[in-house]
Amino acid sequence: MSYPHRHLLGIEPLEPEQINTILDTAEGLREVLDRPIKKVPTLRGKTVVNLFYEASTRTRASFEVAEKVLSADTLSVSTSTSSVQKGETLLDTARNLEAMNPDMIVIRHASSGAPHFLARHCRSAIVNAGDGFHEHPTQALLDALTLRQKKGQIEGLEVAIIGDLMHSRVARSNVWLLTKLGARVRLCAPPTLVPRGIEQLAPVTHRIEEAVDGADAIMMLRIQTERMSGGYFPSLREYHQRFGLTLERVKRARKDVLIMHPGPMNRGVEIASEVADGPWSVILDQVTNGVAVRMAVLYLLLGGSEAAA
Amino acid sequence: MGAQPRSGVSPQGPSAGIHFRREPPEDPPVGALDITLYRDDLTTIAAQPVIQGTDIPCSIDGRRVLLVDDVLFTGRTVRAALDELVDFGRPARIELAVLVDRGHRELPIRADYVGQEVATTRPQIVQVQLREEDGRDRVLLVDREPPAVPLPPLPGGAARQRTKRALARKKPSTRKAGRRR
Repeated sequence: MSYPHRHLLGIEPLEPEQINTILDTAEGLREVLDRPIKKVPTLRGKTVVNLFYEASTRTRASFEVAEKVLSADTLSVSTSTSSVQKGETLLDTARNLEAMNPDMIVIRHASSGAPHFLARHCRSAIVNAGDGFHEHPTQALLDALTLRQKKGQIEGLEVAIIGDLMHSRVARSNVWLLTKLGARVRLCAPPTLVPRGIEQLAPVTHRIEEAVDGADAIMMLRIQTERMSGGYFPSLREYHQRFGLTLERVKRARKDVLIMHPGPMNRGVEIASEVADGPWSVILDQVTNGVAVRMAVLYLLLGGSEAAA
Repeated sequence: MGAQPRSGVSPQGPSAGIHFRREPPEDPPVGALDITLYRDDLTTIAAQPVIQGTDIPCSIDGRRVLLVDDVLFTGRTVRAALDELVDFGRPARIELAVLVDRGHRELPIRADYVGQEVATTRPQIVQVQLREEDGRDRVLLVDREPPAVPLPPLPGGAARQRTKRALARKKPSTRKAGRRR
């Protein structure tokens, strides 16, 4: 049981045992959130910078809550109100923040590989909170924690991941994580939204009925309208007809199927409202687990000594 | 419930704890503290300890809490346990029961109930084995290098009866088990 890395940059380089270490730690930490005083002194005196170059509600709030519950000092820089607007480069921003001696930088960036770049140039521990179309490791971890809680184990589960595979870092991190832990993953998207080479990781279908058939869990991906310069499908309405998760389609899955969505949802596009709010939905459990998983990452990266890290 | 000996820690916890009898009509709730998040050496130890989670099944406000640990050594675990406990409420009082007091305190802490005092040197390890997990009740004094030297048999009476009396003294109480070290 150990997490030997200094950073959390992605799921791809992790061993199954390291993933399980994070999940087990998160499981142990979740209880802190139910206490009358939701604060433990574990990371007193540690400073964490949240550097978000892209909009975020859940991930950012979740990291901030996790940091505060563990008593770390936090500093949130959002690029819309910072010197990034004046043209400062990522490296200069990071170096200047580093001069204030933080212990960790949590970064979200529109470019794939930005956290890896920082990891090469900074002293702090770097946590990837989503980089471009590449990875979103804490999201995959919280999805896995939710699956494990509800289903007992991940090995052997049939998981369908449906939607905009092309632009989804959530999909990529989840495919890595789930296959490492022994789940069987099926992917489903319109042909225009399937990135090249992904069929080597998991089978791809273009029919949603086929993807949900007998599934233990269905992960819906958001249609990322902000990343679409257009032309991937005729209209949102038609997308919903062909690829939206409707009540009727959910019925083809197992009776105890779990419906997941990383948020924010486009109701009536990739998911119908009655499904998002239905009895199979664990979307809000995912959010709670997100805090626990991020606490685990903070604890594992900042809890040990410098020498061990 | 009556004569059944119980372990003072949660079943999945490490093999720490003292055997108790729950004496009717008293049946105080039992919880377990995981003090990892309150340790004062977290940033200096090499590997992060596994988090097991704390489980406190009821409010501790105004109640008498008996904190239980197997071995009392530096006192740092107890310090952490006290800090954690007061984050859950304001007990009327907190008492400490240990199976073995091995000395070498680094903080001004003492136990209210002690099963056995054992003279040790600092590098030695005191190992408590319990019937449920190890097949028999005994305390081992282990030098850094094996072999282990068994101590004279546990004063099965002493520890148990004293704790029993302690538990019976006042009405509802909560027992807490601290994980060791």
